[in-house]
Amino acid sequence: MTVQITAMHMSDGLVNAPTSVVFGILAIAVVGFCGWRARTELDERTVPLAGLVAAFIFAVQMINFPILPGVSGHLLGGALAAILVGPYTGVLCITIVLVVQSLLFADGGVTALGMNITNMALIGVVAGYSAARVLYAVVRRRRPDSVPALGVVGFLSALVGTVCASMGFVVEYAIGGAAPTSLSTVAAYMLGTHVLIGIGEGLITAVTVMAVARSRPDLVYLLRRDREAVAA
Amino acid sequence: MSAQAVTRRWQFWVGFGVAILLIAGVVSYFASSSPDGLDSATLQGCQVVDTEHGEQLTGNCIAQHATEHTMSTSPLADYTIFGHSGTNGPAGIIGAAVVLAIAFGAFWLIARTRRTKD
Repeated sequence: MTVQITAMHMSDGLVNAPTSVVFGILAIAVVGFCGWRARTELDERTVPLAGLVAAFIFAVQMINFPILPGVSGHLLGGALAAILVGPYTGVLCITIVLVVQSLLFADGGVTALGMNITNMALIGVVAGYSAARVLYAVVRRRRPDSVPALGVVGFLSALVGTVCASMGFVVEYAIGGAAPTSLSTVAAYMLGTHVLIGIGEGLITAVTVMAVARSRPDLVYLLRRDREAVAA
Repeated sequence: MSAQAVTRRWQFWVGFGVAILLIAGVVSYFASSSPDGLDSATLQGCQVVDTEHGEQLTGNCIAQHATEHTMSTSPLADYTIFGHSGTNGPAGIIGAAVVLAIAFGAFWLIARTRRTKD
């Protein structure tokens, strides 16, 4: 059997068909819900940034960085997207990236798309954004306008988002895994590698969020959310 | 808005766009070709052996269950243009442009439904 080792996301066939269908339906429901809720985050002013964030995440996901000898990792982007453009729009950004990668670039299986969306768009954004909200609430009281503090929030929330997203695969493998490898081996290996990938993800997220916050703090969702709450 | 403020706004958007072009078109050539964390998890228990038919897996692992990608005949499969080596950069730029167009279109439509409702 010949294998493609250039793939970056879950391929078809790793998890059985019923499980793939269930996660496919879940992904469609999540994307529909986020499309409806994203109206509260998107207006003429923020649409261009949201489009560029999606394209940026596509580009950065191409850059696999080494984490161990013979093992690499790449950005998932959930926390980054949610901090910059909001959680609902963030889920849509990552979903668009995953769909284009799967259909045009043969990266990530078509039947595995539901699981890849669940892991990287849904879990990555929910976990990453929740962590960012909690951490930013702590930081804001002491250093309200500090860009480096926002960078620390970005780093830690991206790390949390990446590790949680990788556990999504472990859950899917536990439900419908079609292979001999033991669940504990998969879980331990995924956790170990994704802590390291999360550090890379954290650095990229921190640098990007700080760059946007330095020149256009008015566009950063996590910052403007609080300001609009105060104004309203 | 002062002329200086207008210039700075443009600098932000142009800078963001240039960063995307450089990452997709140039930095992508320096990406690691090793399997990522997920792929190497699926390769646990297997050895990758080079044979005359390409790379083969021996042993027992999850990746042996992976099937050929449905879209493997896509002109942009594996981040190349028609499979030519050295085309990752242009393929990446095309991909980023496609993502930008779809995302911008979708988000513009979503923002418009909000305006008509308000």
